[in-house]
Amino acid sequence: MHPVWCPGCGDFGVLTCIYRMLATKQISPDNLVVIAGIGCSGRLSGYVKSYGFHTVHGRVLPVATGVKTANPGLEVLAVGGDGDAYSIGAGHIPHAARRNIDVCYIVMDNEVYGLTKGQGSATAPQAFSTGTTPYGQMDEPLNPIAMAIAYDIGFVARGFSAKPKELTDLIIQGVEHKGFALIDVFSPCTTFHDTYKPISQRVRFVGPEHDPTDRVKAFQLALEKETIPLGVIYKHERSPFHERSQQIQEQSIAKRGKASVDEILAQYQ
Amino acid sequence: MRTDIVFRVGGEGGEGVISCGEILTLACARMGLEIYTFRSYPAEIKGGPAMFQVRVSKDILLSQGSEIDVLVCFNQEAYDRHAKDLRKDGKGMIIFDSSSAKPGENINAILYGVPVSEMAKLELRNYLTKNIIFLGILSKLFGVDFSIMEGIIREKFGKKGEAILNLNFQALKAGFQYVEKNLPKKDECQVEAQKNENRLVLSGNQALALGAIQAGMRFYAGYPITPATDIMELLARELPRFGGTVVQAEDEIAAIGMVLGAAFSGAKAMTASSGPGIDLMTEFLGLASMAEVPCVIVDCQRAGPSTGMPTKTEQSDLRHAISAGHGDAPRIVMALSSVEDAFHGMIRAFNYAVRCQMPVIVLSDQYLAQRTATVRKPDVTKVAIEELRKPTDAELEHYKRFTITETGVSPMTTPGMKGGGFAATGIEHDEDCELSYEPDNHRKMSDKRWKKLNLVLQGPDLFKRYGPLEADIGIVGWGSSEGVIREAIAKANDKGYRVAAFHPKILHPIPQELGDFLRSVKVVIVPELNYTGQFAKEIRARFLTDVIQLNKVAGLPFTPNEILAKIEEVAETCLKQTHHHKV
Repeated sequence: MHPVWCPGCGDFGVLTCIYRMLATKQISPDNLVVIAGIGCSGRLSGYVKSYGFHTVHGRVLPVATGVKTANPGLEVLAVGGDGDAYSIGAGHIPHAARRNIDVCYIVMDNEVYGLTKGQGSATAPQAFSTGTTPYGQMDEPLNPIAMAIAYDIGFVARGFSAKPKELTDLIIQGVEHKGFALIDVFSPCTTFHDTYKPISQRVRFVGPEHDPTDRVKAFQLALEKETIPLGVIYKHERSPFHERSQQIQEQSIAKRGKASVDEILAQYQ
Repeated sequence: MRTDIVFRVGGEGGEGVISCGEILTLACARMGLEIYTFRSYPAEIKGGPAMFQVRVSKDILLSQGSEIDVLVCFNQEAYDRHAKDLRKDGKGMIIFDSSSAKPGENINAILYGVPVSEMAKLELRNYLTKNIIFLGILSKLFGVDFSIMEGIIREKFGKKGEAILNLNFQALKAGFQYVEKNLPKKDECQVEAQKNENRLVLSGNQALALGAIQAGMRFYAGYPITPATDIMELLARELPRFGGTVVQAEDEIAAIGMVLGAAFSGAKAMTASSGPGIDLMTEFLGLASMAEVPCVIVDCQRAGPSTGMPTKTEQSDLRHAISAGHGDAPRIVMALSSVEDAFHGMIRAFNYAVRCQMPVIVLSDQYLAQRTATVRKPDVTKVAIEELRKPTDAELEHYKRFTITETGVSPMTTPGMKGGGFAATGIEHDEDCELSYEPDNHRKMSDKRWKKLNLVLQGPDLFKRYGPLEADIGIVGWGSSEGVIREAIAKANDKGYRVAAFHPKILHPIPQELGDFLRSVKVVIVPELNYTGQFAKEIRARFLTDVIQLNKVAGLPFTPNEILAKIEEVAETCLKQTHHHKV
């Protein structure tokens, strides 16, 4: 099925990188669930021939939590735009981080609401003038990478749709990361907010000198003004949610035995 | 001897009023008696007036009762607050702390005054023993088995050490002996041990949670809210032992989102909440209808709108349950009618959800959720559990997730099934789950989604009918009022009125049989705990027939006498008028 995206849309690049990741990792489409939000990028779940769930606006992470927890054997990929992730659904990010759900979340960030024809999003620059903000955005843009590090997300990375080789590598690392991974991808909107040029001029890949396990250094990178660092910004591992849930199951069975409803009912005699 | 007794214990929160009521209840239940409690809480966590009511009988109990037989007053305020609910014939009793309360001079009741506060302070040197002294008094006055009470006290206080346990034993004895020495029995109430086996004492929320586990529910996500939280607490304790998971979500939107995700993955999944939380779930509710995801949403209703009265009961979420969300989104709405029905009703809810692949909203309320009652132990081996209709290997060859079928139900794959991939979506789609804005397709798929509702109108347990087969007055209530209505019509029939009741267990779609019932009687009363008559409106719209509304808007359940009074009023006015017209 051919995507409905406009020619030149960054989301084509992201989709291609996801295909490459799937091919490299040999992930079976029967075992993959792509969960998507609402917006241009949300259509992505329909373009991967696997299981998918195109949810309501902003609720990719709760649905992904349910899918992965109920069936931990599945590979769960969450995708959506900056409106989905950082506006309407922003409240779910810290909790996905606290739970450390084993899900890779790819945010296609174009700083604009494309499907409603070009209003500024939470990452739009302040000067950005649009139909709903004719005198420029009144709100300041949020910094998704600094936010993700503050929430202590176990894998925080930034990519660019125009750098597919590196982006594919980031997505592979994000999927391999045991726990919650957030990859913010610059994925420009050629129709309403074409940022290819200014972004291309400012991006740089972080080199081996950066230690992503150093949270303070990661913050420094996230707060950098002159250039935009791409690559893995912050990384650490801890046990994911479904493993802790399995542990609780095992421990409660070890302590109190396997349960039957009949036996619990008898406690109320 | 009177053996059907309504006890009410009142006092200040923190004085042990509730535990006094709970121990009394459990003791009576262990004597083989039927019990039916009624809880109404203040909003305060500590302090404020506390109240516990339990009705005890050797026969099956259908309601909390209409009037109090025995009022236990821990203080003057309890007397002032509750004396008006005492039976009016002078046979009611007031057991009061004579060191802190004084009944009014004109009160027409049997009085048993005991200086409980003084005994607690001087004899036992611990003010907190007051509630146990009251239990000793009740034991002696009404024959509640003393050693059973001792046993319960041991279970309750044993962990706190020998000294505290002995203090409570002494308090129990002190109350018992005071009555023995000083208070000759002036009333005719007595509890008698019965031979009843396989009886459980369960709250509505406990029965509901256990029914869900029995149905195969293995994924729960929720956000704490009164009066639904006990469901999550029980599940958090027990579900892991079944290999299940309970997630405390960041809000109710996340909770239902997780439920949809888990259900999409093939788990039987549910969430429970109350009005404000259900409001937040509406967008996902539409997605569940559109993407045909089987799931169960419990609404323990409380008085609304907005924050309303969180600890008080109401039946005012029905219209929301039926129509919440934009667009024409099919769902099934059920109402649980008793503690026993809460267990079996949840099994039906999950059966409907997987049978129809759509959301099922189960309405409970604070009155049912937080009261306890004796129920027959369910025979879990006899309960039929339905499972999702998955595609056969042949169907998987050219699998289309939303294949049009005669019933509207299409075989559903879950992730992991080879060749069964599809991308569920809230966008209108065709049989193969491709997005489609074609005019014909929208009609076809709407038909498909709505047709599935027919599948719940076949089969048993859609309604209960009570009373004589031929009746003049019909009562159509719903949800937790079932027992109260049954008791009211039994009283009315004793008085010579021809009254029957029809109690639907499923409110959307409405069972056809309700139409037959409406036509079989001359006049219909619809008692509801809401202001606008939400079910009455549904009945009028569905059957184009008028009904008489009886709406109680007090945050409290109906009593049988309130319904009886309406029956008498309607018999006096409407029936005579009807008769007159005919003549």
